[in-house]
Amino acid sequence: MNWLHLYARLLCASTLALITAGGMVTSTGSGLAVPDWPNTYGYFMFSFPLSKMVGGIFYEHGHRMIASIVGLLTIGLVVWLARGESRRWIRRLGIVALATVVLQGLLGGITVLYFLPTPISVSHAGLAQIFFCLTVALTLFTSSGWRRDGEVTALSRHTAVSDDAAMMRLATALPVLVYIQILVGATMRHTGAGLAIPDFPLVFGGLLPPTWNGGIAVHYLHRVGAIVTTVVILTIVGHVFAHHRNRRDLLVPAWTLVVLVTIQIALGGWTVLSARAPVINTAHVATGATVLGIALLLALRTNRHRFPDAEVASSPVHTVKVTA
Amino acid sequence: MQQRNLWSVLSILAVVTAVACGGGGESESPTTSTPEPSAPAFDASTAGNVSGIVMYEGELPAGEELMMNSDPVCAMGATDTTSSTYVGGDGHLGNVFVYVKEGLEGQSFPVSTDVVALNQVGCRYTPHVMGIQVGQTLQILNSDPTLHNIHATPASNEEFNMGQPIQGMQFERTFDNVEVMVPFQCDVHGWMNAYIGVLDHPYFAVTATDGMFDISTLPPGNYVIEAWHEELGTQTQNVTVATGETAEVSFTFAIG
Repeated sequence: MNWLHLYARLLCASTLALITAGGMVTSTGSGLAVPDWPNTYGYFMFSFPLSKMVGGIFYEHGHRMIASIVGLLTIGLVVWLARGESRRWIRRLGIVALATVVLQGLLGGITVLYFLPTPISVSHAGLAQIFFCLTVALTLFTSSGWRRDGEVTALSRHTAVSDDAAMMRLATALPVLVYIQILVGATMRHTGAGLAIPDFPLVFGGLLPPTWNGGIAVHYLHRVGAIVTTVVILTIVGHVFAHHRNRRDLLVPAWTLVVLVTIQIALGGWTVLSARAPVINTAHVATGATVLGIALLLALRTNRHRFPDAEVASSPVHTVKVTA
Repeated sequence: MQQRNLWSVLSILAVVTAVACGGGGESESPTTSTPEPSAPAFDASTAGNVSGIVMYEGELPAGEELMMNSDPVCAMGATDTTSSTYVGGDGHLGNVFVYVKEGLEGQSFPVSTDVVALNQVGCRYTPHVMGIQVGQTLQILNSDPTLHNIHATPASNEEFNMGQPIQGMQFERTFDNVEVMVPFQCDVHGWMNAYIGVLDHPYFAVTATDGMFDISTLPPGNYVIEAWHEELGTQTQNVTVATGETAEVSFTFAIG
Protein backbone atom coordinates (compact mmCIF):
# COMPACT_ATOMS: atom_id res chain seq x y z
CA MET A 1 0.00 0.00 0.00
CA ASN A 2 1.35 3.39 -1.02
CA TRP A 3 0.45 5.28 2.17
CA LEU A 4 2.19 8.47 1.11
CA HIS A 5 0.07 8.62 -2.02
CA LEU A 6 -3.08 7.98 -0.02
CA TYR A 7 -2.11 10.77 2.34
CA ALA A 8 -1.56 13.09 -0.63
CA ARG A 9 -5.00 12.10 -1.89
CA LEU A 10 -6.48 13.04 1.46
CA LEU A 11 -4.80 16.45 1.25
CA CYS A 12 -6.06 16.92 -2.29
CA ALA A 13 -9.64 16.02 -1.36
CA SER A 14 -9.45 18.23 1.72
CA THR A 15 -8.31 21.12 -0.42
CA LEU A 16 -11.26 20.67 -2.75
CA ALA A 17 -13.52 20.64 0.32
CA LEU A 18 -11.80 23.83 1.48
CA ILE A 19 -12.44 25.52 -1.87
CA THR A 20 -16.06 24.42 -1.66
CA ALA A 21 -16.36 25.84 1.86
CA GLY A 22 -14.78 29.06 0.62
CA GLY A 23 -17.34 29.12 -2.16
CA MET A 24 -20.12 28.90 0.40
CA VAL A 25 -18.59 31.80 2.33
CA THR A 26 -18.74 34.03 -0.74
CA SER A 27 -22.06 32.70 -2.01
CA THR A 28 -23.79 33.38 1.29
CA GLY A 29 -22.15 36.77 1.75
CA SER A 30 -20.52 35.59 4.96
CA GLY A 31 -17.00 36.82 4.27
CA LEU A 32 -17.16 39.38 7.06
CA ALA A 33 -19.36 37.45 9.47
CA VAL A 34 -16.30 37.00 11.64
CA PRO A 35 -14.80 40.47 11.86
CA ASP A 36 -11.50 39.57 13.51
CA TRP A 37 -8.59 37.38 12.42
CA PRO A 38 -6.83 35.13 13.32
CA ASN A 39 -9.14 35.01 16.34
CA THR A 40 -12.88 34.48 16.05
CA TYR A 41 -14.86 37.03 18.08
CA GLY A 42 -11.90 37.19 20.41
CA TYR A 43 -11.73 33.45 20.89
CA PHE A 44 -8.69 31.41 19.93
CA MET A 45 -9.81 29.79 16.70
CA PHE A 46 -9.98 26.23 17.99
CA SER A 47 -11.76 27.18 21.21
CA PHE A 48 -14.62 29.02 19.56
CA PRO A 49 -17.81 27.36 20.85
CA LEU A 50 -19.59 25.27 18.27
CA SER A 51 -22.89 26.53 19.65
CA LYS A 52 -21.97 29.99 18.42
CA MET A 53 -21.42 28.85 14.85
CA VAL A 54 -24.64 30.41 13.60
CA GLY A 55 -25.63 32.27 10.46
CA GLY A 56 -22.69 33.48 8.43
CA ILE A 57 -20.26 32.44 11.18
CA PHE A 58 -20.97 28.80 10.35
CA TYR A 59 -19.54 29.27 6.87
CA GLU A 60 -16.70 31.66 7.65
CA HIS A 61 -15.45 29.96 10.80
CA GLY A 62 -16.01 26.54 9.23
CA HIS A 63 -13.88 27.66 6.30
CA ARG A 64 -11.14 28.73 8.68
CA MET A 65 -11.28 25.43 10.54
CA ILE A 66 -11.00 23.38 7.36
CA ALA A 67 -8.18 25.66 6.23
CA SER A 68 -6.35 24.92 9.47
CA ILE A 69 -6.76 21.20 8.89
CA VAL A 70 -5.45 21.54 5.34
CA GLY A 71 -2.50 23.52 6.67
CA LEU A 72 -1.71 20.81 9.20
CA LEU A 73 -2.07 18.11 6.57
CA THR A 74 0.34 20.02 4.34
CA ILE A 75 2.90 20.23 7.13
CA GLY A 76 2.47 16.49 7.61
CA LEU A 77 3.06 15.89 3.91
CA VAL A 78 6.22 17.98 3.90
CA VAL A 79 7.57 16.03 6.87
CA TRP A 80 6.63 12.73 5.24
CA LEU A 81 8.28 13.73 1.98
CA ALA A 82 11.41 14.85 3.82
CA ARG A 83 11.69 11.49 5.54
CA GLY A 84 10.50 9.10 2.87
CA GLU A 85 10.78 10.62 -0.60
CA SER A 86 13.99 10.12 -2.52
CA ARG A 87 13.21 12.57 -5.35
CA ARG A 88 14.47 15.96 -4.26
CA TRP A 89 12.29 17.94 -6.66
CA ILE A 90 9.17 16.42 -5.11
CA ARG A 91 10.39 17.27 -1.63
CA ARG A 92 10.90 20.83 -2.83
CA LEU A 93 7.45 20.89 -4.39
CA GLY A 94 6.03 19.95 -1.00
CA ILE A 95 7.78 22.93 0.57
CA VAL A 96 6.39 25.18 -2.17
CA ALA A 97 2.93 23.84 -1.35
CA LEU A 98 3.44 24.63 2.33
CA ALA A 99 4.61 28.16 1.55
CA THR A 100 1.59 28.59 -0.72
CA VAL A 101 -0.92 27.50 1.90
CA VAL A 102 0.68 29.80 4.49
CA LEU A 103 0.47 32.71 2.07
CA GLN A 104 -3.10 31.74 1.28
CA GLY A 105 -3.98 31.89 4.98
CA LEU A 106 -2.43 35.35 5.26
CA LEU A 107 -4.38 36.55 2.23
CA GLY A 108 -7.55 35.23 3.82
CA GLY A 109 -6.82 37.17 6.99
CA ILE A 110 -5.92 40.35 5.13
CA THR A 111 -9.06 40.28 3.04
CA VAL A 112 -11.16 40.03 6.22
CA LEU A 113 -9.31 42.78 8.05
CA TYR A 114 -9.58 45.13 5.07
CA PHE A 115 -13.25 44.42 4.30
CA LEU A 116 -12.82 42.18 1.26
CA PRO A 117 -10.90 44.40 -1.16
CA THR A 118 -11.45 42.94 -4.62
CA PRO A 119 -7.77 42.49 -5.58
CA ILE A 120 -7.04 40.61 -2.35
CA SER A 121 -10.19 38.52 -2.55
CA VAL A 122 -9.51 37.58 -6.17
CA SER A 123 -5.90 36.77 -5.26
CA HIS A 124 -7.18 34.60 -2.42
CA ALA A 125 -9.43 32.76 -4.88
CA GLY A 126 -6.64 32.44 -7.45
CA LEU A 127 -4.01 31.21 -5.02
CA ALA A 128 -6.47 28.62 -3.72
CA GLN A 129 -6.51 27.09 -7.19
CA ILE A 130 -2.71 27.17 -7.38
CA PHE A 131 -2.50 25.33 -4.08
CA PHE A 132 -5.09 22.83 -5.26
CA CYS A 133 -3.01 22.24 -8.39
CA LEU A 134 0.03 21.60 -6.22
CA THR A 135 -1.86 19.00 -4.23
CA VAL A 136 -3.09 17.37 -7.46
CA ALA A 137 0.49 17.28 -8.76
CA LEU A 138 1.86 15.88 -5.52
CA THR A 139 -0.85 13.24 -5.50
CA LEU A 140 0.08 12.23 -9.02
CA PHE A 141 3.82 12.32 -8.44
CA THR A 142 3.59 10.09 -5.39
CA SER A 143 1.44 7.54 -7.17
CA SER A 144 2.66 4.13 -8.23
CA GLY A 145 1.34 4.79 -11.72
CA TRP A 146 3.56 7.83 -12.13
CA ARG A 147 6.61 5.85 -11.10
CA ARG A 148 5.62 2.95 -13.31
CA ASP A 149 5.16 5.27 -16.28
CA GLY A 150 8.72 6.41 -15.78
CA GLU A 151 10.03 2.94 -16.23
CA VAL A 152 11.27 1.37 -19.41
CA THR A 153 8.24 -0.84 -19.91
CA ALA A 154 6.02 2.14 -20.57
CA LEU A 155 8.42 3.86 -22.86
CA SER A 156 6.93 3.19 -26.25
CA ARG A 157 3.58 4.75 -25.52
CA HIS A 158 5.24 7.77 -23.95
CA THR A 159 7.45 8.20 -26.95
CA ALA A 160 4.32 8.33 -29.08
CA VAL A 161 2.92 11.20 -27.04
CA SER A 162 6.18 13.09 -26.74
CA ASP A 163 6.41 13.07 -30.52
CA ASP A 164 2.92 14.50 -30.82
CA ALA A 165 3.48 18.26 -30.75
CA ALA A 166 -0.21 19.09 -31.16
CA MET A 167 -1.17 16.94 -28.17
CA MET A 168 1.57 18.47 -26.09
CA ARG A 169 0.47 22.00 -26.93
CA LEU A 170 -3.21 21.36 -26.33
CA ALA A 171 -2.75 19.49 -23.07
CA THR A 172 -0.31 22.05 -21.73
CA ALA A 173 -2.47 25.00 -22.71
CA LEU A 174 -5.66 23.61 -21.21
CA PRO A 175 -4.90 24.07 -17.48
CA VAL A 176 -3.58 27.56 -18.20
CA LEU A 177 -6.78 28.36 -20.06
CA VAL A 178 -8.96 26.93 -17.30
CA TYR A 179 -7.01 28.86 -14.68
CA ILE A 180 -7.51 32.13 -16.54
CA GLN A 181 -11.18 31.28 -16.89
CA ILE A 182 -11.38 30.71 -13.12
CA LEU A 183 -9.65 34.03 -12.44
CA VAL A 184 -12.17 35.82 -14.66
CA GLY A 185 -14.93 34.00 -12.80
CA ALA A 186 -13.44 35.01 -9.45
CA THR A 187 -13.27 38.63 -10.59
CA MET A 188 -16.89 38.44 -11.66
CA ARG A 189 -17.82 36.89 -8.36
CA HIS A 190 -15.96 39.33 -6.16
CA THR A 191 -17.13 42.41 -8.05
CA GLY A 192 -20.76 41.36 -7.81
CA ALA A 193 -21.10 40.94 -11.58
CA GLY A 194 -22.59 37.47 -11.43
CA LEU A 195 -25.97 38.75 -12.57
CA ALA A 196 -24.69 41.59 -14.75
CA ILE A 197 -26.12 39.57 -17.63
CA PRO A 198 -29.43 38.34 -16.27
CA ASP A 199 -30.40 35.76 -18.90
CA PHE A 200 -28.94 32.48 -20.09
CA PRO A 201 -27.94 31.10 -22.54
CA LEU A 202 -28.59 34.31 -24.46
CA VAL A 203 -27.18 37.66 -23.52
CA PHE A 204 -29.93 40.24 -23.03
CA GLY A 205 -31.92 38.24 -25.55
CA GLY A 206 -29.16 38.18 -28.17
CA LEU A 207 -25.56 37.24 -28.66
CA LEU A 208 -23.99 40.55 -27.69
CA PRO A 209 -24.85 42.91 -24.85
CA PRO A 210 -26.64 46.04 -26.07
CA THR A 211 -24.56 48.10 -23.67
CA TRP A 212 -21.26 47.63 -21.90
CA ASN A 213 -19.86 48.34 -18.47
CA GLY A 214 -17.23 46.67 -16.32
CA GLY A 215 -19.61 44.10 -14.85
CA ILE A 216 -21.13 43.13 -18.16
CA ALA A 217 -17.71 42.92 -19.78
CA VAL A 218 -16.23 40.56 -17.18
CA HIS A 219 -19.38 38.45 -17.17
CA TYR A 220 -19.41 38.23 -20.96
CA LEU A 221 -15.71 37.37 -20.98
CA HIS A 222 -16.42 34.50 -18.58
CA ARG A 223 -19.06 33.11 -20.95
CA VAL A 224 -16.78 33.44 -23.96
CA GLY A 225 -14.05 31.74 -21.94
CA ALA A 226 -16.41 28.86 -21.23
CA ILE A 227 -16.99 28.36 -24.96
CA VAL A 228 -13.28 28.49 -25.74
CA THR A 229 -12.49 26.06 -22.93
CA THR A 230 -15.17 23.66 -24.13
CA VAL A 231 -13.84 23.75 -27.69
CA VAL A 232 -10.31 23.01 -26.49
CA ILE A 233 -11.52 20.13 -24.33
CA LEU A 234 -13.50 18.61 -27.21
CA THR A 235 -10.49 18.99 -29.47
CA ILE A 236 -8.30 17.20 -26.95
CA VAL A 237 -10.79 14.37 -26.58
CA GLY A 238 -10.98 13.96 -30.34
CA HIS A 239 -7.22 14.03 -30.61
CA VAL A 240 -6.67 11.50 -27.84
CA PHE A 241 -9.33 9.25 -29.29
CA ALA A 242 -7.82 9.45 -32.76
CA HIS A 243 -4.13 9.16 -31.92
CA HIS A 244 -3.69 7.78 -28.40
CA ARG A 245 -6.63 5.49 -27.92
CA ASN A 246 -4.39 2.98 -26.16
CA ARG A 247 -3.53 5.55 -23.49
CA ARG A 248 -6.28 4.94 -20.96
CA ASP A 249 -4.51 7.30 -18.55
CA LEU A 250 -5.17 10.10 -21.07
CA LEU A 251 -8.50 8.95 -22.42
CA VAL A 252 -10.21 8.73 -19.03
CA PRO A 253 -9.35 12.25 -17.86
CA ALA A 254 -10.18 13.63 -21.30
CA TRP A 255 -13.66 12.11 -21.26
CA THR A 256 -14.05 13.14 -17.63
CA LEU A 257 -13.38 16.70 -18.70
CA VAL A 258 -16.15 16.51 -21.27
CA VAL A 259 -18.61 15.38 -18.61
CA LEU A 260 -17.41 17.96 -16.10
CA VAL A 261 -17.45 20.90 -18.49
CA THR A 262 -21.01 19.97 -19.51
CA ILE A 263 -22.04 19.97 -15.86
CA GLN A 264 -20.10 23.17 -15.31
CA ILE A 265 -21.87 25.07 -18.10
CA ALA A 266 -25.23 23.86 -16.79
CA LEU A 267 -24.29 25.01 -13.30
CA GLY A 268 -23.16 28.37 -14.65
CA GLY A 269 -26.50 28.87 -16.34
CA TRP A 270 -28.35 27.66 -13.28
CA THR A 271 -26.39 30.09 -11.15
CA VAL A 272 -27.64 32.98 -13.26
CA LEU A 273 -31.22 31.73 -13.54
CA SER A 274 -31.41 31.00 -9.81
CA ALA A 275 -30.13 34.50 -9.01
CA ARG A 276 -26.97 32.99 -7.54
CA ALA A 277 -28.50 30.43 -5.23
CA PRO A 278 -25.64 29.71 -2.81
CA VAL A 279 -25.52 25.93 -3.26
CA ILE A 280 -25.63 26.13 -7.06
CA ASN A 281 -23.12 28.95 -7.14
CA THR A 282 -20.77 26.99 -4.90
CA ALA A 283 -21.17 23.82 -6.94
CA HIS A 284 -20.07 25.89 -9.95
CA VAL A 285 -16.93 26.94 -8.05
CA ALA A 286 -16.14 23.40 -6.94
CA THR A 287 -16.70 21.92 -10.39
CA GLY A 288 -14.48 24.61 -11.88
CA ALA A 289 -11.68 23.60 -9.52
CA THR A 290 -12.20 19.95 -10.42
CA VAL A 291 -11.97 20.76 -14.13
CA LEU A 292 -8.69 22.54 -13.44
CA GLY A 293 -7.36 19.59 -11.45
CA ILE A 294 -8.23 17.06 -14.15
CA ALA A 295 -6.81 19.32 -16.87
CA LEU A 296 -3.58 19.54 -14.91
CA LEU A 297 -3.53 15.77 -14.49
CA LEU A 298 -3.86 15.35 -18.24
CA ALA A 299 -1.14 17.90 -18.91
CA LEU A 300 1.28 16.28 -16.48
CA ARG A 301 0.72 12.81 -17.90
CA THR A 302 1.14 14.13 -21.42
CA ASN A 303 4.40 15.76 -20.41
CA ARG A 304 5.59 12.74 -18.42
CA HIS A 305 8.82 12.41 -20.39
CA ARG A 306 9.93 15.91 -19.40
CA PHE A 307 10.18 15.18 -15.68
CA PRO A 308 13.48 14.46 -13.93
CA ASP A 309 12.45 10.96 -12.91
CA ALA A 310 11.65 10.04 -16.53
CA GLU A 311 15.25 10.16 -17.69
CA VAL A 312 15.45 6.43 -18.04
CA ALA A 313 12.25 6.31 -19.99
CA SER A 314 13.28 8.98 -22.44
CA SER A 315 16.72 7.55 -23.04
CA PRO A 316 17.26 6.60 -26.71
CA VAL A 317 19.06 3.44 -25.60
CA HIS A 318 16.00 2.20 -23.81
CA THR A 319 13.82 3.27 -26.70
CA VAL A 320 15.67 0.83 -28.89
CA LYS A 321 15.34 -1.90 -26.32
CA VAL A 322 11.63 -1.51 -25.96
CA THR A 323 10.72 -1.00 -29.55
CA ALA A 324 12.99 -3.70 -30.87
CA MET B 1 -13.07 11.78 4.87
CA GLN B 2 -11.93 13.96 7.75
CA GLN B 3 -13.51 16.96 6.08
CA ARG B 4 -16.75 15.13 5.60
CA ASN B 5 -16.73 14.13 9.21
CA LEU B 6 -16.08 17.68 10.29
CA TRP B 7 -18.97 19.00 8.26
CA SER B 8 -21.18 16.25 9.53
CA VAL B 9 -20.31 17.11 13.12
CA LEU B 10 -20.91 20.80 12.49
CA SER B 11 -24.20 20.11 10.77
CA ILE B 12 -25.39 17.90 13.59
CA LEU B 13 -24.35 20.47 16.16
CA ALA B 14 -26.16 23.17 14.25
CA VAL B 15 -29.33 21.11 14.27
CA VAL B 16 -28.90 20.22 17.94
CA THR B 17 -28.35 23.85 18.77
CA ALA B 18 -31.42 24.80 16.80
CA VAL B 19 -33.50 22.44 18.88
CA ALA B 20 -31.82 23.12 22.20
CA CYS B 21 -31.66 26.87 22.17
CA GLY B 22 -35.35 27.45 21.70
CA GLY B 23 -35.85 28.81 25.15
CA GLY B 24 -33.11 31.34 24.87
CA GLY B 25 -33.42 33.81 27.69
CA GLU B 26 -35.14 36.98 26.84
CA SER B 27 -33.23 40.04 27.75
CA GLU B 28 -34.56 43.39 28.71
CA SER B 29 -33.54 45.47 25.81
CA PRO B 30 -31.95 48.81 26.53
CA THR B 31 -34.03 51.80 25.67
CA THR B 32 -33.18 53.07 22.24
CA SER B 33 -33.87 56.55 21.15
CA THR B 34 -33.37 58.90 18.31
CA PRO B 35 -32.98 62.15 20.22
CA GLU B 36 -34.37 65.38 19.02
CA PRO B 37 -31.79 67.40 17.15
CA SER B 38 -29.83 69.85 19.27
CA ALA B 39 -30.70 73.48 19.65
CA PRO B 40 -29.68 75.76 16.81
CA ALA B 41 -26.90 78.33 17.08
CA PHE B 42 -29.14 81.26 16.20
CA ASP B 43 -31.93 83.23 17.81
CA ALA B 44 -34.57 80.57 18.25
CA SER B 45 -37.27 83.21 18.52
CA THR B 46 -36.91 83.80 14.78
CA ALA B 47 -37.27 80.12 13.92
CA GLY B 48 -39.90 78.39 11.88
CA ASN B 49 -40.76 74.76 11.27
CA VAL B 50 -41.35 72.28 8.52
CA SER B 51 -43.80 69.50 8.90
CA GLY B 52 -45.44 67.20 6.47
CA ILE B 53 -46.26 63.76 5.34
CA VAL B 54 -44.81 61.14 3.07
CA MET B 55 -47.37 59.25 1.03
CA TYR B 56 -47.29 56.49 -1.51
CA GLU B 57 -49.36 55.70 -4.56
CA GLY B 58 -50.02 52.16 -5.56
CA GLU B 59 -49.95 49.08 -3.42
CA LEU B 60 -47.56 48.85 -0.51
CA PRO B 61 -45.68 45.56 -0.90
CA ALA B 62 -46.47 43.04 1.77
CA GLY B 63 -43.69 42.88 4.30
CA GLU B 64 -41.23 40.17 3.35
CA GLU B 65 -41.09 37.39 5.91
CA LEU B 66 -37.52 37.13 7.12
CA MET B 67 -36.05 33.64 7.34
CA MET B 68 -34.12 33.60 10.59
CA ASN B 69 -33.55 29.88 10.90
CA SER B 70 -29.81 30.15 10.36
CA ASP B 71 -29.57 31.19 14.01
CA PRO B 72 -31.78 29.28 16.47
CA VAL B 73 -31.72 32.17 18.92
CA CYS B 74 -33.19 34.46 16.29
CA ALA B 75 -35.63 31.90 14.95
CA MET B 76 -37.02 31.16 18.41
CA GLY B 77 -36.66 34.54 20.03
CA ALA B 78 -37.61 37.10 17.42
CA THR B 79 -41.03 38.68 17.82
CA ASP B 80 -40.97 40.62 14.58
CA THR B 81 -39.96 38.74 11.46
CA THR B 82 -41.32 41.15 8.87
CA SER B 83 -39.04 43.26 6.74
CA SER B 84 -38.81 46.94 7.63
CA THR B 85 -38.34 48.09 4.07
CA TYR B 86 -41.98 48.99 3.48
CA VAL B 87 -43.87 50.08 6.54
CA GLY B 88 -47.02 52.15 6.80
CA GLY B 89 -50.43 51.77 5.27
CA ASP B 90 -53.42 53.66 3.95
CA GLY B 91 -51.15 55.65 1.69
CA HIS B 92 -48.77 56.67 4.47
CA LEU B 93 -45.13 55.64 4.24
CA GLY B 94 -42.82 55.11 7.19
CA ASN B 95 -39.05 54.78 7.55
CA VAL B 96 -38.42 57.70 5.21
CA PHE B 97 -35.51 59.94 6.10
CA VAL B 98 -36.45 63.60 5.55
CA TYR B 99 -33.83 66.29 5.89
CA VAL B 100 -32.72 69.72 4.81
CA LYS B 101 -30.54 69.10 1.80
CA GLU B 102 -29.82 72.69 0.76
CA GLY B 103 -30.22 76.10 2.34
CA LEU B 104 -28.01 75.85 5.39
CA GLU B 105 -24.68 76.29 3.64
CA GLY B 106 -22.26 78.56 5.47
CA GLN B 107 -23.95 78.04 8.81
CA SER B 108 -22.61 75.92 11.59
CA PHE B 109 -24.52 74.14 14.29
CA PRO B 110 -23.34 72.67 17.56
CA VAL B 111 -23.01 68.92 17.65
CA SER B 112 -25.65 67.36 19.80
CA THR B 113 -24.34 65.86 23.01
CA ASP B 114 -27.17 63.34 23.01
CA VAL B 115 -26.07 59.79 22.36
CA VAL B 116 -27.94 58.12 19.53
CA ALA B 117 -28.51 54.43 20.01
CA LEU B 118 -28.61 51.70 17.41
CA ASN B 119 -29.78 48.57 19.12
CA GLN B 120 -29.68 44.98 17.99
CA VAL B 121 -32.69 43.34 19.49
CA GLY B 122 -34.71 40.39 18.25
CA CYS B 123 -32.06 40.01 15.54
CA ARG B 124 -33.16 43.32 14.05
CA TYR B 125 -31.66 46.77 14.04
CA THR B 126 -33.74 49.26 15.98
CA PRO B 127 -34.36 51.78 14.58
CA HIS B 128 -34.15 50.74 10.95
CA VAL B 129 -33.63 54.30 9.69
CA MET B 130 -32.20 57.13 11.73
CA GLY B 131 -30.20 60.33 11.55
CA ILE B 132 -27.15 61.66 13.34
CA GLN B 133 -24.88 64.67 13.19
CA VAL B 134 -21.26 64.62 12.17
CA GLY B 135 -19.29 64.12 15.39
CA GLN B 136 -22.31 63.02 17.41
CA THR B 137 -21.90 59.81 19.36
CA LEU B 138 -23.53 56.70 18.02
CA GLN B 139 -23.88 53.95 20.58
CA ILE B 140 -24.23 50.47 19.12
CA LEU B 141 -25.38 47.79 21.47
CA ASN B 142 -26.24 44.13 21.35
CA SER B 143 -29.32 43.22 23.33
CA ASP B 144 -29.56 39.74 21.86
CA PRO B 145 -28.30 36.53 23.47
CA THR B 146 -26.44 35.76 20.25
CA LEU B 147 -23.53 37.13 18.28
CA HIS B 148 -23.74 40.06 15.90
CA ASN B 149 -21.21 41.83 13.78
CA ILE B 150 -21.83 45.46 12.94
CA HIS B 151 -20.59 46.24 9.51
CA ALA B 152 -20.95 49.80 8.26
CA THR B 153 -20.30 50.28 4.55
CA PRO B 154 -20.18 54.05 4.03
CA ALA B 155 -18.90 55.74 0.91
CA SER B 156 -17.54 58.93 2.50
CA ASN B 157 -16.79 57.78 6.03
CA GLU B 158 -14.55 55.08 7.42
CA GLU B 159 -15.82 51.54 6.97
CA PHE B 160 -15.84 49.41 10.09
CA ASN B 161 -16.76 45.89 11.06
CA MET B 162 -16.96 45.07 14.75
CA GLY B 163 -18.03 41.96 16.59
CA GLN B 164 -20.35 41.87 19.58
CA PRO B 165 -20.40 38.24 20.65
CA ILE B 166 -21.85 38.82 24.12
CA GLN B 167 -25.25 40.14 25.09
CA GLY B 168 -25.03 43.64 26.52
CA MET B 169 -21.88 44.61 24.69
CA GLN B 170 -21.76 48.12 23.32
CA PHE B 171 -19.37 50.51 21.71
CA GLU B 172 -19.47 54.02 20.38
CA ARG B 173 -18.59 55.52 17.05
CA THR B 174 -18.74 58.91 15.39
CA PHE B 175 -18.81 59.92 11.74
CA ASP B 176 -16.54 62.53 10.22
CA ASN B 177 -18.35 63.36 7.01
CA VAL B 178 -21.83 64.11 5.75
CA GLU B 179 -23.35 61.07 4.07
CA VAL B 180 -26.92 60.13 3.18
CA MET B 181 -27.13 57.24 3.90
CA VAL B 182 -24.59 55.02 5.67
CA PRO B 183 -25.71 51.38 5.29
CA PHE B 184 -25.30 48.97 8.18
CA GLN B 185 -25.50 45.22 7.93
CA CYS B 186 -24.90 42.13 9.99
CA ASP B 187 -23.01 39.50 8.01
CA VAL B 188 -23.96 36.83 10.53
CA HIS B 189 -27.65 37.45 9.98
CA GLY B 190 -28.05 38.49 6.38
CA TRP B 191 -31.51 39.98 6.87
CA MET B 192 -30.31 42.62 9.35
CA ASN B 193 -29.73 46.03 7.85
CA ALA B 194 -30.15 49.66 8.83
CA TYR B 195 -29.46 53.10 7.42
CA ILE B 196 -28.12 56.19 9.14
CA GLY B 197 -28.14 59.65 7.62
CA VAL B 198 -25.14 61.72 8.70
CA LEU B 199 -25.55 65.49 8.45
CA ASP B 200 -23.69 68.59 9.57
CA HIS B 201 -26.86 70.08 10.99
CA PRO B 202 -29.69 68.84 13.19
CA TYR B 203 -32.57 69.31 10.75
CA PHE B 204 -33.78 65.86 9.91
CA ALA B 205 -36.53 63.43 10.83
CA VAL B 206 -37.70 59.91 10.10
CA THR B 207 -41.33 59.28 9.25
CA ALA B 208 -43.36 57.08 11.52
CA THR B 209 -45.80 54.55 10.12
CA ASP B 210 -48.34 57.36 9.67
CA GLY B 211 -45.89 59.05 7.27
CA MET B 212 -45.71 62.19 9.39
CA PHE B 213 -42.56 64.15 10.15
CA ASP B 214 -41.57 67.39 11.83
CA ILE B 215 -38.41 69.40 11.49
CA SER B 216 -38.50 72.17 14.03
CA THR B 217 -36.63 75.33 14.95
CA LEU B 218 -35.25 76.07 11.51
CA PRO B 219 -33.74 79.45 10.73
CA PRO B 220 -35.99 81.43 8.38
CA GLY B 221 -35.03 80.92 4.77
CA ASN B 222 -35.47 78.93 1.59
CA TYR B 223 -34.66 75.25 1.68
CA VAL B 224 -34.56 72.13 -0.38
CA ILE B 225 -36.05 69.28 1.60
CA GLU B 226 -35.25 65.74 0.50
CA ALA B 227 -37.09 62.55 1.36
CA TRP B 228 -35.09 59.31 1.08
CA HIS B 229 -36.43 55.78 1.01
CA GLU B 230 -34.20 52.73 0.76
CA GLU B 231 -36.07 51.24 -2.20
CA LEU B 232 -38.06 54.10 -3.65
CA GLY B 233 -35.18 56.57 -3.93
CA THR B 234 -35.36 60.28 -3.23
CA GLN B 235 -37.62 63.23 -3.85
CA THR B 236 -37.03 66.90 -3.18
CA GLN B 237 -39.27 69.87 -2.46
CA ASN B 238 -38.51 73.58 -2.19
CA VAL B 239 -39.90 75.28 0.87
CA THR B 240 -39.78 78.71 2.46
CA VAL B 241 -39.67 78.91 6.22
CA ALA B 242 -40.83 82.09 7.90
CA THR B 243 -40.47 83.11 11.52
CA GLY B 244 -43.03 81.53 13.74
CA GLU B 245 -44.67 79.62 10.95
CA THR B 246 -44.80 76.01 9.96
CA ALA B 247 -44.32 75.21 6.30
CA GLU B 248 -46.17 72.15 5.07
CA VAL B 249 -44.49 69.73 2.70
CA SER B 250 -45.71 66.49 1.28
CA PHE B 251 -44.01 63.82 -0.76
CA THR B 252 -45.62 61.06 -2.76
CA PHE B 253 -43.70 58.01 -3.92
CA ALA B 254 -45.10 55.85 -6.66
CA ILE B 255 -44.89 52.12 -5.99
CA GLY B 256 -45.01 49.58 -8.77
